[in-house]
Amino acid sequence: MPEAQYEFFIDPSRCIGCQSCVQACSECDTHKGQAMIHLEFVNRHYSTQTAPVVCMHCDSPTCAEVCPADAIKKTPDGVVQTARKPRCIACNNCVLACPFGVPKMNSGAELMMKCDMCYDRTSIGKAPMCASVCPSGALYYGTREQIEAQRPRSMPVNQFQFGQQTISTKVHMMVPRTAHPEHIDVLSAMHDHTSGHDIFLMMHDE
Amino acid sequence: MVKRHPVRKALLWGCMTTISLAIMIAVGSRDLAHFDAALVAYTFATLFATFGITYRYTMWLQRPPTAMYWKRGWQMFFKPQRLLTNIRNLFTRTSSDFAANRFIWKRGKLRWLAHWFIMWGCIVAVAITFPLVFGWLHFASVPGSLDSYRAYLFGFALFDFPVDSIFAFLMFHGLVWSSFAVIFGVMLAMWRRMRDHGAASVQQFVEDILPLILLFAISVTGVMLTASYTWMRGYAFDFIAILHAITVIFTLLYMPFGKFFHIFQRPAQLGATFYKDAGATSEQAHCRRCGEAYSSRMHVEDLISVQKQLGFRYEVAGEVEHYQWICPPCRRAMFVLAQTKQWQGNFGDQMFSSMHEQPAAPRFGNPVISEGPLGHEDQANLHF
Repeated sequence: MPEAQYEFFIDPSRCIGCQSCVQACSECDTHKGQAMIHLEFVNRHYSTQTAPVVCMHCDSPTCAEVCPADAIKKTPDGVVQTARKPRCIACNNCVLACPFGVPKMNSGAELMMKCDMCYDRTSIGKAPMCASVCPSGALYYGTREQIEAQRPRSMPVNQFQFGQQTISTKVHMMVPRTAHPEHIDVLSAMHDHTSGHDIFLMMHDE
Repeated sequence: MVKRHPVRKALLWGCMTTISLAIMIAVGSRDLAHFDAALVAYTFATLFATFGITYRYTMWLQRPPTAMYWKRGWQMFFKPQRLLTNIRNLFTRTSSDFAANRFIWKRGKLRWLAHWFIMWGCIVAVAITFPLVFGWLHFASVPGSLDSYRAYLFGFALFDFPVDSIFAFLMFHGLVWSSFAVIFGVMLAMWRRMRDHGAASVQQFVEDILPLILLFAISVTGVMLTASYTWMRGYAFDFIAILHAITVIFTLLYMPFGKFFHIFQRPAQLGATFYKDAGATSEQAHCRRCGEAYSSRMHVEDLISVQKQLGFRYEVAGEVEHYQWICPPCRRAMFVLAQTKQWQGNFGDQMFSSMHEQPAAPRFGNPVISEGPLGHEDQANLHF
């Protein structure tokens, strides 16, 4: 019987901003005490919408290509690892080049750090820390069959458009099945604000 | 203009440095007069390592991002208005980052301790061994004084010292002390690699374990040589000497290909700091979505040039021009909002568009807990 093929699916629209992923991420053994996941309020003044962003593990990672020290490597199973410590010279190229804005720069340690999909766990078949604690399923680790059964209205997409550049990734993003896009054009949101519904509390008289 | 092939260029540089070293060995040992023929295998292994390291280094320098940093690093260092500051920073950074390994301390205390002992053990060993092997350094009795030695460098007399002095004992056992340092460092490193789950998950035998085994083998066989002639009347000395030579020669041959190559790559870190220093005081790049400064304009423009050379096509129609002009926080926001857009008209999510003119600029969720910025540079990666 073939081994189950686990994949990582993200669905930011499900995120409730609970910070569980952030706490769990900081417990990962490959970057102890520091969370690599980004969790930001998209526009806190107007909406509770939050943006959880993990490394998408590109098939052709821009961060690795622009690294002058050749410090960023991809495992045979497609996980783009955090910079190799003996090589990283902390130039910041990867931080600026990543189309998803994922890498972080640890200045004192002269080291780029990023999500490596909890390789100590996923390499032995366990879910990444963030996905294992996400209560809303915004971060999901499972088989294709499982996610299709649980979310019949969604489908995974792993092609992203940035201007003329198409990037395909190991991590999938869930989009509505009815929309059925071939790829997600990230720059389509260039002038977008945030999602939600208008709530006016009228706390102060004008 | 004829463009040189990268491999040909690397071969040329490799041959030039190897031949230069061979000439220096001949000249420094006074036409091989002070060259120890018993060490000829070490010499040839060193010459091979020199070729291999230069070849790889030249190939590495020709990668578009490395070439850009190499050029910019020197340009920024020799910038007239920054030269004095750069020279001062060169000394402070060399002592703190290289001699004291300050940045490795920040990465982990145990990692630092292991690396510091291995590094200094190797530096001392190399400083003693290579000049001896090349015949650049040798010792001879002082004429007319049998209890004194004279040190010669490149055939020139340096100083005399008594054979029975503490100085002589410390110097002639320099490789023993360096072996102790390396063995201690290797044991700490192995202990960390066996216990640390994070290290265990990503380490590779050839890249991470083999170098430690090689260093351990060199050090132990080296100490065994001293033990053999000091306390065991030279028992098995020839066998140990051959074993020691094999470990050293294997390491020299491995040097251009494996983890030890980082010794030659690491100084590039200095170039990166000079580049960043210059960038911090120059014109900043402002995000073409949110308007916030997020890096130096020079860095963004250089990166655009490198990406084009690598074949990436992040060009964007309209006022943005290139995706590189968008700051990392806005990239994360757009990534999420682009998905939100997909749901619009499907299951009712709606966008606020009329309430404010500026597009959404994401804010950091919780600066108190562990996901805070990892340093002053990382703050530019987050909107505060």
